[in-house]
Amino acid sequence: MATKMHNTPMLDQLESGPWPSFVTGLKRLANDEGKPYADMMKDLLGQLETSYTTRKGYWKGGTVGVVGYGGGVIPRFTELLDENKKPLFPKAAEFHTLRIMPPAGMHYTTDIMRKFCDVWDKYGSGLIAFHGQSGDIMFQGCTTENVQPAFDEMNEMGFDLGGAGPAVRTGMSCVGAARCEHSCANEQRIHRTLVNRFLDDMHRPALPYKFKFKVSGCPNDCMNSIQRADLATIGTWRDDMKVDQAEVKNFVNAKGRKYVIDNVITRCPTQALSLNDDDTLAVDNKNCVRCMHCINVMTKALSPGDDKGVTLLVGGKRTLKIGDLMGTVVVPFMKLETDEDYEALEELAGNMIDFFAENALEHERTGEMIERIGLVNFLEGIGVEIDPNMITNPRMNPYVRMDGWDDEAQKWFERKAG
Amino acid sequence: MSAPRMPIESGVPDPFPYMHPTLKKNFGQWKYHDRPRPGVLHHVAKTGEEVWTVRAGTQRQMDTYTIRKLMDIADQFADGYVRFTIRSNIEYMVTDEKKVQPLIDKLQAEGFPVGGTGNSVSMISHTQGWLHCDIPGTDASGAVKALMDELYHEFTHEEMPNRVRMTTSCCQINCGGQGDIAINIQHTKPPKINHDLVANVCERPSVVARCPVAAIRPAMVNGKPSLEVDEKKCICCGACFPPCPPMQINDPEHSKLAIWVGGKNSNARSKPTFHKLVAAGIPNNPPRWPEAAAVVKNILGAYKKDAKDYERMNEWIDRIGWPRFFELTGLPFTKYHIDNWRGGRVNLNASAHIRF
Repeated sequence: MATKMHNTPMLDQLESGPWPSFVTGLKRLANDEGKPYADMMKDLLGQLETSYTTRKGYWKGGTVGVVGYGGGVIPRFTELLDENKKPLFPKAAEFHTLRIMPPAGMHYTTDIMRKFCDVWDKYGSGLIAFHGQSGDIMFQGCTTENVQPAFDEMNEMGFDLGGAGPAVRTGMSCVGAARCEHSCANEQRIHRTLVNRFLDDMHRPALPYKFKFKVSGCPNDCMNSIQRADLATIGTWRDDMKVDQAEVKNFVNAKGRKYVIDNVITRCPTQALSLNDDDTLAVDNKNCVRCMHCINVMTKALSPGDDKGVTLLVGGKRTLKIGDLMGTVVVPFMKLETDEDYEALEELAGNMIDFFAENALEHERTGEMIERIGLVNFLEGIGVEIDPNMITNPRMNPYVRMDGWDDEAQKWFERKAG
Repeated sequence: MSAPRMPIESGVPDPFPYMHPTLKKNFGQWKYHDRPRPGVLHHVAKTGEEVWTVRAGTQRQMDTYTIRKLMDIADQFADGYVRFTIRSNIEYMVTDEKKVQPLIDKLQAEGFPVGGTGNSVSMISHTQGWLHCDIPGTDASGAVKALMDELYHEFTHEEMPNRVRMTTSCCQINCGGQGDIAINIQHTKPPKINHDLVANVCERPSVVARCPVAAIRPAMVNGKPSLEVDEKKCICCGACFPPCPPMQINDPEHSKLAIWVGGKNSNARSKPTFHKLVAAGIPNNPPRWPEAAAVVKNILGAYKKDAKDYERMNEWIDRIGWPRFFELTGLPFTKYHIDNWRGGRVNLNASAHIRF
C-alpha cells in the first residue's frame, strides 16, 4: 500500500516566516515520488506532527552499528504503535543517525558535499544536519539494513564514524590559521593529532563516560572548549603582543579618544593598557592576561605575539550530574611546533584518558572526577607539576593536613632553580 | 560467504584537500580583518592577498535539495568551496570583491539570510528534539525556526551592544550548551514510573546512582522489583529517564521552558561564565512557542537599549546589577532564583554593595 502524505497542520505553520524552513525541506523529500526516501519522510512527518500535537517524543534507542565498531550510529526506533503493536508510521519505524566526522575546521568542496547527498539519497532519508552539537555531520534517518552500505561508501570516500556513548568523542576546532589572524596554533593539526591518536577509544566505547577534545586557536574560544571539553586546547602567546603604533594612531584618529578610552583602554580586565598623549598605546605586557578584547577591537593595530603555544584546561562539561563545570588550567603554556611537541601533547592526553579510565566512576566526567578526588591527585596521576596559574586564589579554609610543608616548599624552590 | 568489509579507521579527515585555495595558501599568514557590512568578513593576509567571507544562515537540518542549491551557489560564486561555522551558518569565500554583492543577492533571493557576524544575534545552536532524540521534552529545529523568524532582523544587522549567542536544549542535560540567552526545558514534576517495565528495562543500581539528590531507591511495587522516587527530594531533573525510560519525565503540560542569561565562553574582557536562571514556567507551546519568544525579545530589547558597546549580556548585568535587570525586563524575581545547590552560597551578595 502506498504511503500517503499525512496532514501536518502544526508543522505547516513552520513553513512561513523569513528564516529557512526545515519543514519545507522535509516535505520536499516526502513529496519526491519515486525516490527511495519519499515514503520514509512521509511517515517521519507523520510522527513529528504527532509529537507537535501531543508534546511527546516517540523515539527509543537500541543497538545498531557497523562491522568493526561499537559506536558512532545513533539508533532510533519508533515507539508510536497501534493497538496491534505495529508502528503507526511504519516507513519511519527505523530512523537511525550516522555521525560522520567532518574535515577539521568544517571545510568542504562542493564535490564532496554532492557525493554525501548522493549516498544519502540512495541509502538514507535525504536529510543531513551540518552539524550536530557533537561536531559531527549527522546523516539522519536510515534503516538498520542501510546503515552498513551507507557507512561503507562514505568510509571509502575518506570519512569515518565519530563517537557516541562512553568513548572519546568527535572533536571540534575553529577555522583558525586557515582564515584568522588571531590564530596562535595549528588548530587542525592539534584536533587531528588528539582525536586520531585515540580512535580505538572512540570506536570501541569502554571509558567510564564521554571524553571530548575541543581546540580554539585563541582565548576568544569560538569552539566553547572551556565549557564543553574534557580537554580544551586554547591558543595563546607568552611574549609581548604586537602593536603597530601607526595603526593605533589611525584608529584613534578615526574613532576619537573617548571611544578608544571607553571601549579599549578601560575594558582591559587588568588595566594593562594606557593611551599616551601622542595617541600611541602603552601596554603592560607582564599584566596582560591575553583576554583578546583590545586585539578584537583594533584588528589592524594589535595582534598576538610571536612566541605562540597553547593553554590546556580540563574538566569542562554541562549540568549532569553535579552541575556545570568550567575547564580549569592544567598546563598554562605548551609550545606546539615540532613533532616532539605534538608527541608530548599526545602522551599527556593519553595519561589523562588512562587515568580517567581507571579512576572515574561509571557515568562520571573528568571534571566530576576531579571535583571528587581533588586537582592535586589528578595532577599526580597524569604526571603534571602544580602551578599557581591553576588557581584563582589559594584555599580559604584550614581543613587540610600540612605536615609535608617543608618538603613541598623545597620542591618548589628546586623547580624554580631548575 | 565473503568476510565482512572492515572499516578504514581513518579518523578526522585532513582539511586541506577541502579548503579554499586562498585559505590554504595563506594558512597561518593572516594579518587582519574587518567587516565591510553585516554578514561579510574581509581578511587580509601578510602576502597582501584578500578574501571576503559571506556568511548565511541555514536551517541546519537540510534536505539534499537545499544542500545542492547551496553548492550550486558555491560553484557559481565561490570557486566550489564552503565551510560551516559552529552555529550551522554556511560560509562562502571569494577572492574578488566584485563577486560579494552578487553572491549576497543570490543567497537572499534563494531565501538564505546573510548575517550572523559581529554584534548580531547569530543562529541559535540547538539539539535534536522530537525529530530524533530519545528523551526530548520539546522540539529543537521548530523552536529555533520560530525564534529565528522573530530575530531575523537581529541576524541580518549588527545592532546589538556585542555578539549574542543563543542556545536551546530539549532536556535538562542541555546539549545546546551555554549562551547569552539559553532556552531550556525545565521539568516541574517527578517522573511517572511504569512499574511493570522497570525490572526488565532498567539496570536499577545505575539508575539509583544517576540521581543527583539520591532520591531514587529500589523497591518492590505490586510484587515486582522496581524503583521508587522520594518526591520531596526529587528536583525533577530527568537524569533517571535516559537510563530508565519507564521513569517518564516528559509531560505535555508540566515540562516547561526556562530562560537563562549571561553564559559566555570567550575570555574577552571578563572570564568565561555560565548562564543564570531568569525566567521559568513558560509553556512548551508548539509550533511557534510565542510565550518563550516574547521573553527572549523582551530581554534582548532591554540589553540592546541599556548595554554599552562591547558589553556581553553577563557584563551588562554585572554593571547594572540583578535588581535592575529584573526591573528593566519586568520579569518576576522568585525564591527559585536563589541558588541552594552545592556551592550556591558564592552566588549570594556577601557585601553591602547595593544600588539604590
